[in-house]
Amino acid sequence: MASGDLIKSYRFRAEREQNWRDLEGLIERAEKRGLRSLPPEEILRIPTLYRACMSSLSVARSISLDANLLDYLEGLATRAYFTIYGVRAGLGGMLGKFFALDFPAAVRKTRLHSSASAFLLFLGIAAGWSITASNPDWFYAFISADMAGGRTPEATRAELEATIFEAVSWHDALITFAAFLFSNNAGVAMLCFALGAIFGIPVVLLLLFNGMLLGAMCAVFAGQDLTVGFLGWLSIHGTTELLAIILCGGAGFYLGGGIISPGRRSRLAALADRGRTAAVVVMGAVVMLFVAAILEGLGRQLIQETWLRFAIGGVMLTFWLTYFARSGVDRGGN
Amino acid sequence: MAATDTQHLGLRSLVTPEGVPVRLELGDRGERAGAFLIDLMIMVLCLIGTWLVIGFGALFVLGGDLAMALVIMISFFVRSFYFMAFELRWQGQTAGKRLLGLRVVDRRGGALAPSAIAARNMMREVEVFIPLSILLFPYQDSIGGLFTLLCLLWLGIFTLMPLFNRDRMRVGDMIAGTWVVSGRKFELKRDLVSATTIPRGFRQKAPEQITATYTFTPAQLDVYGITELQVLETVLRAPDNATTRATIDEVWRRIRDKTEWKGDGPIDAYRFLNDYYTALRAHLEQHMLFGDRRTDKHAMEQRRATKAPSPDQSKT
Repeated sequence: MASGDLIKSYRFRAEREQNWRDLEGLIERAEKRGLRSLPPEEILRIPTLYRACMSSLSVARSISLDANLLDYLEGLATRAYFTIYGVRAGLGGMLGKFFALDFPAAVRKTRLHSSASAFLLFLGIAAGWSITASNPDWFYAFISADMAGGRTPEATRAELEATIFEAVSWHDALITFAAFLFSNNAGVAMLCFALGAIFGIPVVLLLLFNGMLLGAMCAVFAGQDLTVGFLGWLSIHGTTELLAIILCGGAGFYLGGGIISPGRRSRLAALADRGRTAAVVVMGAVVMLFVAAILEGLGRQLIQETWLRFAIGGVMLTFWLTYFARSGVDRGGN
Repeated sequence: MAATDTQHLGLRSLVTPEGVPVRLELGDRGERAGAFLIDLMIMVLCLIGTWLVIGFGALFVLGGDLAMALVIMISFFVRSFYFMAFELRWQGQTAGKRLLGLRVVDRRGGALAPSAIAARNMMREVEVFIPLSILLFPYQDSIGGLFTLLCLLWLGIFTLMPLFNRDRMRVGDMIAGTWVVSGRKFELKRDLVSATTIPRGFRQKAPEQITATYTFTPAQLDVYGITELQVLETVLRAPDNATTRATIDEVWRRIRDKTEWKGDGPIDAYRFLNDYYTALRAHLEQHMLFGDRRTDKHAMEQRRATKAPSPDQSKT
């Protein structure tokens, strides 16, 4: 026949086998201890060996019928591919990129959904406030007595005032409280994301209910003419915390929207894109909630002046909004 | 994309920047469940360990409240970030996945995005953790049978999700755009075509001494296709034991009958099969080079039937 030589696939293997084995050894070590553990001269060999392996795979697919050889090459090529193209920047670079680019960009992308979520939250606040103001018994529909910690419609003005102005000493209870609050809020934030996948309906309920809870509390303080003091007490961490919750709700809606109307692409492809964007928003929001917990646990107890509380709350809000609006925006073009 | 046979076998491919599609094998659903259980066990052990250490710490060093704060924070971090931290650090693997040779990959190829890792793992809360904790630690006494049933249904729908789609994705995978693939390693075994058994009919240039004991005519090689060749390969590569020897004996007889091979003298069945393998592979690869991919014996039978119907080809 044509070449009349030894079997082609046999010669093919004999000529290249050493390269494959070399690559396999390097990949094996890179998988175990990371690519960076290899000495520079060996790292330099990898791209060449990798390209040779890819070309071997293409050739083998068309000339060889040795099943073991084909499996081996397919496996080796896949492993090499992930070793080479699977590396990421270190943790520092990853975090830098996240805060400078990814997080604000994702927030900008989901801003319409966040607006809807903000609307629902404020709707909840208004509803909770007006319902409790008209009939104080409704308060307990939103908040149980032990959760309210004495801040009930029956409390006197002095008692209420004490909850927002009393300086708490550096006490362990404070740390416990902040820890509990953070893990609870962050848990809810991530839940918002996950619930978004169920068409976003539970997110609506979550936002409304949390809003009502807050509104009911507002009504209690407003009833004793302590509105400004309470809002100041709330604003120091509340601007950060509520913003984070609004963003998470928006992320949930964004994700749910991808399931309901995926646009021109396939539902699965749209979902994957939206899921990642929403996840970035939620991860950023978790960090915001951590900041909020620190502000709440520490700042609120140290700062007693209402105007200073408003100032800090305002500064935080301005900071977040500017950051979301400006960070990572290409100012050169357009 | 058309649902081809390979898709049902759980094979997928990604095109590398060099333009070569590489093969991915979707992780087995049972193995994934196993990996999850291993991870769950590690998480539970971590939590119990933390509680014990901090509990003792509370007795001697820390105050009760500080200890409580630590317990709350650590429990939260383990529950929420165990999977994320591992998959981020080990490029798509957790301890359980590594033990069972699984890894998470991006459906679009390239490095697995941290946002994909976050997305697929935040879904676990709704998929498993919430229904599981409601079932294990009922919140109120009033929770009745119907509620438990609903929880079971919820848990069932989510955990069985990988059974209902070809890509074996759970909801978290769909949202993150990921696949879980098996990173099975294949060992390169020796080429069965060794220089000592190059069949006659192929002119030899190799310096080694080439001695094919058994030789075959093209007609004798025309009866089988690629499927049979590769089955024969697995037989020849099987570890040497009584079962394998029995199989080899059986296969040798079948091939002799089918090809109507005639030879006399004592027969070394393994040698015979190895020579037949070599000759058949050379034959089929030659045809493949010319664009004639002979899939299996049925295709060959059909070909003979349409070309020249002959009465004596019925045996299998």
